[in-house]
Amino acid sequence: MEAMDVRPGAAAGAEVPRLSTADVAKVAAQARLRLTEEELEKLSGQLSDILRMAAELKAIDTEGVEPTAHGIPVYNVMRDDVVVPSMSQADVLSGAPEKQDGYFKVPRILEEA
Amino acid sequence: MELHDLTAHELRQKLDSGEVTSRELTEAFLRRIEQLDGALGAYITVAAEEALAQASAYDEARAKGEPTHPLGGIPVALKDNLVTRGLRTTAASRILENWVPPYDATVVERLRGVKAPMLGKTNMDEFAMGGSTETSAFKVARNPWDLSRVPGGSSGGSAIAVAAGMAVWSLGSDTGGSIRQPAAYCGIVGMKPTYGRVSRYGLIAFASSLDQIGPFTRDITDCALALNLICGFDPKDSTSVDVEVPDFTKALQVDPKGLRIGVPVEYLSQPVDPDVRAALDKALKLLEENGAVIKEVSLPSTKYALEVYYLIAPAEASSNLARFDGVRYGLRVPASDVPRMMEETRSKGFGPEVKRRIILGTYVLSAGHYDAYYKKASQVRTLLRRDFDKAFADVDVLFAPTTSSTAFRLGEKTQDPLSMYMTDYFTIPVNLAGLPGLSMPCGVDKDGMPIGLQIIGRPFGEEQVLKAAYTYEQLAWPKGAGREWRAGREVAVDVR
Repeated sequence: MEAMDVRPGAAAGAEVPRLSTADVAKVAAQARLRLTEEELEKLSGQLSDILRMAAELKAIDTEGVEPTAHGIPVYNVMRDDVVVPSMSQADVLSGAPEKQDGYFKVPRILEEA
Repeated sequence: MELHDLTAHELRQKLDSGEVTSRELTEAFLRRIEQLDGALGAYITVAAEEALAQASAYDEARAKGEPTHPLGGIPVALKDNLVTRGLRTTAASRILENWVPPYDATVVERLRGVKAPMLGKTNMDEFAMGGSTETSAFKVARNPWDLSRVPGGSSGGSAIAVAAGMAVWSLGSDTGGSIRQPAAYCGIVGMKPTYGRVSRYGLIAFASSLDQIGPFTRDITDCALALNLICGFDPKDSTSVDVEVPDFTKALQVDPKGLRIGVPVEYLSQPVDPDVRAALDKALKLLEENGAVIKEVSLPSTKYALEVYYLIAPAEASSNLARFDGVRYGLRVPASDVPRMMEETRSKGFGPEVKRRIILGTYVLSAGHYDAYYKKASQVRTLLRRDFDKAFADVDVLFAPTTSSTAFRLGEKTQDPLSMYMTDYFTIPVNLAGLPGLSMPCGVDKDGMPIGLQIIGRPFGEEQVLKAAYTYEQLAWPKGAGREWRAGREVAVDVR
């Protein structure tokens, strides 16, 4: 998605994003969530607050600093390519809301030609 | 003393001597749950039948002379984000309300392996997102010391169960303080081990680079026993670390003269309730009088920890929770096509706090924002880690408050997420750096509410943490902190 509007925020001097309800609705749609007008209103304020807080990180000098993804560095964990028993098909399908012939079943995805 | 007041190591003697069977013990705890849990809300699911079957299996094995584990036969409770084969697992969310997992988490396999009766699945904030258990989709959880207050969270139910004698010990998970904070609020011991120490296989993921499973116990000895059972490399979790697991009970030594304790100056300048500060000072003074060396250390990047956390955790959560789409398991709200089905399902299945974090995380990870938010936060995370490395060059452990105040009142912070997030100030840096951290009782405030002392160690330094904790426990509360306070004043629930 394209970057969102960045307008000057309430914090003095700091460029912080302020999310409109339309912005929040757009992100919600990407996350496959639908919100009520009231929720959108509340969230745009709360998310703007959190992003304003996060904007403080911009000032920190992190030139050349490696990002930490894990507390303890672990890289490219491999295992031996050996066949081991895995979960049975019945177990895998046991929680399926709908299933058929050993498959998960979902509503129509493609339109008929 | 009643059975429900005893620690696992005290009950061990009773089981070994034959004074009590595991079945009798399990029945006693199930009765206790029946009496109290209506008021406390610790359990989402009580598994009476399964627990009794496990207890009988333990008793039979013991009768045959089979070797027993120190925690075998001892009733335990599990946070409801640890998956249990054949037993409903909800993560306190409507989206998993009726999900019965087809497999066991690795820690659950270990509990089954030693025949520990699992009493049930405990209440929590939905998907572990919260600090008070108030975001649970199912029920209100209350602090056993004062029913008008929260137990803390997100592992609130697991903390209540142990504090109120509805389980001997329990397991929780800690992403930003979710074990240590409720342990502090409920007056018990809670520990988050080093990231990678305990397998996360079968822990319903919130923020994968921060989550860690750990125990709640009544004392430090039980904490060591629990670590012995749950720690260790697991090929099913590629982030679990293949290092030797020591016998943690060997660290249970009273040795104040061998202790070098660091106190982060940044933590001291933070606004903290005067009673909390006084309790920390008193604990440090006691250890110093007994020969411990105490020095101030600096963790300058601490001031950014909350900001870093509230970018990284929602980003990872939005990615992890994408799997709840109504296709393979959990709730499905029927609709005419797949995108609508997913939207209906997720909109109905997730509560407001979970939606808030998914949306924030989706925003943070979206194209054009990744470098400014997630990557930047991960770099600052490196700076935080370096601060800790530097501090640990001179000291063995760090002492800090677990929380800035004692348990707050139900509803007090639900309207303002930022004030709720601020309660994690002292616990979050430990998750970001992947370190072991423990909270233990160190006093009560003017209202009689428990105060937590946090002890932080270097990576895989659980032994030093336990040694410091045991030393303090034996010097300050030789009879057990919670037990001493209860002697003077009945726990709120007992009077009802």
